[in-house]
Amino acid sequence: MEDFLYFFSFQDPNIRYVVVGSVLLAISAAIVGCFTFLKKRALIGDAVAHSVLPGVCLAFVVSGTKNPIYLIIGAFITGWLSLRFIDMIVRYSKLKEDTAIGLTLSVFFGLGILILTAIQHSGNANQSGLDQFLFGKAASLVGQDLIVFGSVSIILLLVVGLLFKELTLLAFDEQFGKAIGMPVKGLELVLTTLTVLAVVTGIQAVGVVLMAAMLITPAAAARFWTDKLTTMVFLAALFGAISGVSGAYISFVAPAMPTGPWIVLVISFIAMSSFFIAPRKGILYKQFQQRKYQKQILEENILKAFFHLGEADEQYYGHRKISDLISQRRFVMGRLKGGLQKLVRSGFLKQDREGWVLTEEGKNKGQRIVKLHRLWELYLTEYLRIAPDHVHDEAETIEHIITPEIEARLEKKLNYPSVDPHNETIPYR
Amino acid sequence: MEAIYIILAGSLVAVSCGLVGSYLILRKMAMVADAISHAVLPGIVIAFFISGSRDSLPMLLGAGALGIITTFLIEFFHKKGNLQTDASIGVTFTWLFALGVILISTFAGKVDLDQDCVLYGEIAYVPIDLWITDTGTIMGPRVLYISGSVLLVVIAFIFIGYKELFLTTFDPSYAAIIGINTTLWHYLLMGAVSLTTVASFESVGAILVVALLIAPPATAYLLTEDFKKMLIFTCIIGIIVSVLGYYLASYIDGSIAGAMSTVAGLIFLVVFLFSPTQGVVFRNRRSKLSMTLNEEPI
Amino acid sequence: MNIHAEDPIIEVHDLTVSYSQKPVLWGIDLSLPKGSLVGIVGPNGAGKSTLIKAIMDLVPLSSGYVKLFDTQLDNVREKISYVPQRESVDWDFPASVYDVVMMGRYGKLGLFKRPRQADREVVQESMRLVGMEAFKNRQISQLSGGQQQRVFLARALAQQAEVYFMDEPFAGVDAATEKAIVELLRRMSKEGKTVVVVHHDLQSVAKYFDWLILLNMRLVASGPTVDVFKEELLQEAYGGKLTILSEVGDLLTKGRFPSREKTV
Repeated sequence: MEDFLYFFSFQDPNIRYVVVGSVLLAISAAIVGCFTFLKKRALIGDAVAHSVLPGVCLAFVVSGTKNPIYLIIGAFITGWLSLRFIDMIVRYSKLKEDTAIGLTLSVFFGLGILILTAIQHSGNANQSGLDQFLFGKAASLVGQDLIVFGSVSIILLLVVGLLFKELTLLAFDEQFGKAIGMPVKGLELVLTTLTVLAVVTGIQAVGVVLMAAMLITPAAAARFWTDKLTTMVFLAALFGAISGVSGAYISFVAPAMPTGPWIVLVISFIAMSSFFIAPRKGILYKQFQQRKYQKQILEENILKAFFHLGEADEQYYGHRKISDLISQRRFVMGRLKGGLQKLVRSGFLKQDREGWVLTEEGKNKGQRIVKLHRLWELYLTEYLRIAPDHVHDEAETIEHIITPEIEARLEKKLNYPSVDPHNETIPYR
Repeated sequence: MEAIYIILAGSLVAVSCGLVGSYLILRKMAMVADAISHAVLPGIVIAFFISGSRDSLPMLLGAGALGIITTFLIEFFHKKGNLQTDASIGVTFTWLFALGVILISTFAGKVDLDQDCVLYGEIAYVPIDLWITDTGTIMGPRVLYISGSVLLVVIAFIFIGYKELFLTTFDPSYAAIIGINTTLWHYLLMGAVSLTTVASFESVGAILVVALLIAPPATAYLLTEDFKKMLIFTCIIGIIVSVLGYYLASYIDGSIAGAMSTVAGLIFLVVFLFSPTQGVVFRNRRSKLSMTLNEEPI
Repeated sequence: MNIHAEDPIIEVHDLTVSYSQKPVLWGIDLSLPKGSLVGIVGPNGAGKSTLIKAIMDLVPLSSGYVKLFDTQLDNVREKISYVPQRESVDWDFPASVYDVVMMGRYGKLGLFKRPRQADREVVQESMRLVGMEAFKNRQISQLSGGQQQRVFLARALAQQAEVYFMDEPFAGVDAATEKAIVELLRRMSKEGKTVVVVHHDLQSVAKYFDWLILLNMRLVASGPTVDVFKEELLQEAYGGKLTILSEVGDLLTKGRFPSREKTV
């Protein structure tokens, strides 16, 4: 707890640097990731991330130092090469993109490991810490490193800001972009470069192995909350920032822990929660919605049963018992009782000792459902040429979803018919 | 002797990986293999922690379970959540792999596993990790027995299910029409991938397994248009990778697994450029030739 | 117009098929006579392929049922064959013409079993029927579009089935292949085989088929070609969508609406 308060009071300038750094890195990756995600090339980021390892190691071998500028240049070169490679393989052979990505990713990474282990065995005292690029260490983001990595991500954010419109079009509709004369090829190049840059800056905090998650996961999470690109980018950045801060915190309280995996766990947790609870698209939300519709259908079917009973004895406001309703339709007892109570509460039914009675509102609603059912049956027989004895089941569904607007057009199209295909009266008000 | 043990272990691993990998690249599922190889990590660590040893059975079970869970999760997010496949793969495996690495760090000292082993395996220790029976007989390197048995299982699987695997890979909807259970064969293949991944894990690590799963079959695919030949070429390339990888690693004193993937990549590059039927170089020449032919007046 | 066959070999009852809740086929009801050469015709997006896939249980049904040989599909699988759209597979796959045609025998062979002499003879004969025996050992990646289609046809023939479903077998093939395929289909139909073909060229419909199904998300007509190939029916099938129908379809998707109330 003490650690927690100390950390989040941001008194310690070192902590401030680390936090600012991690957040910047996470945000840049999240924002660029949104565009690659929408272009359905999410796994490209994974390939780039693994492929920067040989670049970092070679830069060290060549320069002999861990100066971040050299390492970034090295990482940039091999990351970039890996993308060219994937494109070449797809274009010039019968291999498909997934194979090209997997091949490039694993071979570049293998080469990186080979060089890294060779450096480690060479006894070069300077090399310690190079392996932090594997799983990341946010806490080592201080001084010169912070300035270099931070500036790269600021440049990256600026470029995205300036080209936001163009990148949007590229992600959504490349063909249209081409048609209105946008330099699509050039923009692709920009996006690729941005992806490589985002990876290169992110590896210090997350490491090459899990960097892909920083590109893909925030975008995937954000996509569940919105259909608007600006909102999506903003949310992805926010999710990225949260995971960045937690990474920095973990690096602070548990120095032995690699930070990358923790950052990834946090962002994945956000994503999983989004998949389940996000409004409209979340999995739980959809189930909840289904249940709501089930209830609505049940209630409408109860009112319909009342109306049918009323039609039979021409007594719409007569008292009905549960047994009467069951004779109309195979209701499940428990659900039927629940539905009746709900209808009483919402004023469609009244209940007294002799049973349940429709209110005027209830009668109108039941009548509308019956009307829609019969109109739809007629529509199916007239326009879809479905035999009259086959239309009932279909109409059982559709009667519940027709909007008043479609209702009006349906009436007009069928020319206000008086009977349905089974010769039953269509009840207008 | 040491060199032979290592090369033999490498070859066994490379051949099993290449055989299942051949199906994966033809099914356009190379990245699913990548995902499974990462995602089995937490299964291995938990099995390690519970059983307290490197016994192979718990490890196989743990990893096998995770492998199936991974394929299931990818499909779940894709179908139920409407998440596009590539993102679904990316989210699932990074999360599980991260969990695995954290478990290793948390149990550091309690389990005999470390991050390096996860990344590039310990094939160099094959000769000293011996299987000694209760009576004290030394049976030779333990890993050889494991990867040997896995290779046998893989070969038996392909032998028994050759027709079904071939057809469900080429044309799944036709397979379904003639009554082959495509889902069953899909999961059986995924099971085989998990099994191979786990068995190879100790030797070459989680990520370099991917190189052995994809690179040799991709290379063989560029060399032939006959599926049986593709399987044979894959095995041969796997063995070459193991031999050259070992000597490259000892020459520059680096990780053997890293060297094996590097060699696999180099062989691919050579074939990609110079394959007699598919190579970029010959293809360019051919297309130029056909162009000049077309330009001739008819 | 919906003429039902007496003693039908294929019956479709009240069939509705939806993709993510939105119906693409509404309440299809039809039956087809044995030995007929049936064309399924309709505009793009009319659900032609979906109909044959639904009959073969390749896509889930929202409602309705299908009967083949007066029983369920699972009981008569060996009598059913399918020629999918040519683009549905990757023709770079490392296989020879012979390999692909042999797949037609896989259903008859079980696990473990290898092809016998009898199977090889059937494969040989099927390749001869489509004029591909000279290409037996050719890799499929080296075939032209028409040849690829012939290989698919040979694979279906090798199954020695009774009912054949073909998804656009004439798409992108040369005139010679089209003629050869049509002749083959006629011969099959004479031998009592039933052939159902998804087709989109109205010009040739009347010439090729003796039974027509006109489709546009719903059944417009099904019956002998002479009765169905009429100006007004064609106009109805090709005369644009029913707007109310497609809007209701959209509502079903948007609401993630269950298609039926839970009764049990």
